[in-house]
Amino acid sequence: MLTDLTLVQARDGLRRRSFTAAELTDAHLDAIAVHNPALNAYITVTADLARQQAAAADAALAGGDTRPLLGLPLAIKDLFCTKGTRTTAGSRILESFVPPYESTVTANLLRDGAVFLGKANLDEFAMGSSNMTSAYGPVQSPWTRGDGAKLVPGGSSGGSAAAVAARLALGATATDTGGSIRQPASFCGIAGIKPTYGRCSRWGIVAFASSLDQAGPVARTVEDCAVLLGSMAGFDPLDSTSAQLPVPDFAAACARGVRGLRIGVPREYRSDDMPQEVEALWQQGLGWLREQGAEIVDVSLPHTKYGLATYYIVAPAECSSNLARYDGVRFGLRVDGQDLTDLYERTRAEGFGAEVKRRIMIGTYVLSAGYYDAYYLRAQKVRALILRDFMEAFQHVDALVTPTAPSAAFAQGENMDDPIKMYLNDIFTVPASMAGVPGMSVPGGLDAQGLPLGLQVLGRPFDEETVFAVAAALERAAGFAHRPGGLA
Amino acid sequence: MSLDPATVRRIAKLARLHVEDGDVPRLQGELNGILGWIEQLNEVDVEGIAPLAGAAAMAMRLREDTVTDGGIPELVLANAPDRAGNFYAVPKVVE
Repeated sequence: MLTDLTLVQARDGLRRRSFTAAELTDAHLDAIAVHNPALNAYITVTADLARQQAAAADAALAGGDTRPLLGLPLAIKDLFCTKGTRTTAGSRILESFVPPYESTVTANLLRDGAVFLGKANLDEFAMGSSNMTSAYGPVQSPWTRGDGAKLVPGGSSGGSAAAVAARLALGATATDTGGSIRQPASFCGIAGIKPTYGRCSRWGIVAFASSLDQAGPVARTVEDCAVLLGSMAGFDPLDSTSAQLPVPDFAAACARGVRGLRIGVPREYRSDDMPQEVEALWQQGLGWLREQGAEIVDVSLPHTKYGLATYYIVAPAECSSNLARYDGVRFGLRVDGQDLTDLYERTRAEGFGAEVKRRIMIGTYVLSAGYYDAYYLRAQKVRALILRDFMEAFQHVDALVTPTAPSAAFAQGENMDDPIKMYLNDIFTVPASMAGVPGMSVPGGLDAQGLPLGLQVLGRPFDEETVFAVAAALERAAGFAHRPGGLA
Repeated sequence: MSLDPATVRRIAKLARLHVEDGDVPRLQGELNGILGWIEQLNEVDVEGIAPLAGAAAMAMRLREDTVTDGGIPELVLANAPDRAGNFYAVPKVVE
């Protein structure tokens, strides 16, 4: 089946003319037609556009064009503005928003010849760890467990991860603010990387928390992620925090191996309530790296336990500022009121879902007069300590390896009774977001219920190459070849 | 520090979010739960630590002070819920 190919295999097949880009795209559109009604991984399917792009790719391939993504069908998280294609951010307030411009990341993918199958579902404004907060309905994971419960794909990039795991795309764009690439990749048994803050341009990505938001790819192999990130990344004058650095050959780094690397194990990531299977996989992963010639070193990140609380001040503060733009006047939903203030308040009350409103209110409170120093300023200082922890650890080690998430995927409706229970999903991913360092999740194995568990690799700022080298070594040793059961 | 109903309404007002009276107790409970949880940061010694606003270890770039965009009112207004000529239209705000 063409949809079972990895992105790199599909690229090579197109170049060898084993099949056409049109056939590859049609195979994915057919799979979407069969599986998306149940999975709800795509909010919008752009079949006509995809077929046009595939036809153009076939013409280019016939002319010997070798652009890196030529003819390869991808899903685009519905947080990336796509010119002429509705972009909802998973929110009712942007239900009818059609961007007149293209985000830099998606423009880079189009430059390199990619085919866009459609816009992937997500938690509303990327705020969530389960994809349950989307205004367009939850995404169902293609993975199943014994009791038949519908499982979440993780979030916020749940549609992207589910689409890739279910063979409804070769790869997908995603974004990560506190774990939104790595946690869904772990839940769905695929790979995903949040690069260093500044590596991918944020221009044209609907903003959530601007000092944390970072785009990256999800795909079924580490090398596929490397190829995609190579196209997505790069300096962009339109983003003031975009890094003015050359883009390395990430795919080449996947073959480097780990011999001689020092791999850190942060002792604060270990806890008594960590499920035994998660702990066992972690030890297994460290053993795999040791067998391939890496040295395993204990390190300390003393402020790890404060990462989540810091995040839940900084991210809501930035979200309350960023989402102030949704006023019912310039774009998006409008709900009429008796005066202008009433129009603002009713538009925002109706247009935003419960989790988004909760975060806007927390953010408004921690930034308000009299509370700014006690909450926001203190959180920024703790953030400095979290970064210092990482920088000190990276003086002794080349990368860190931890579990990606504290559990496998849970069922739809679980962890919904208390916001903090949901927030705890990101306990292992948030510290790297606060520090801006790159992090990747790679599938390590299955738990007793047959659900994927991921391992997380963290690296030095702008050293994604070492992250890819370590993740690829884990991938080779794990030999993860399981397919989601829900596809049968 | 615990939020009372009046503070919940004040935050909603600052955030321009309409809140029905019946929703105030639920919001009060949720917000107090989250704020109580994040108060654990009070135990961290931050004496002498400079606040970190962002993860980008880089200086802000400056660019030439020139016009780079403009003259596209139709694109700017394309998603407006209401317009009057080349302007956004809103309910009357002055008598």
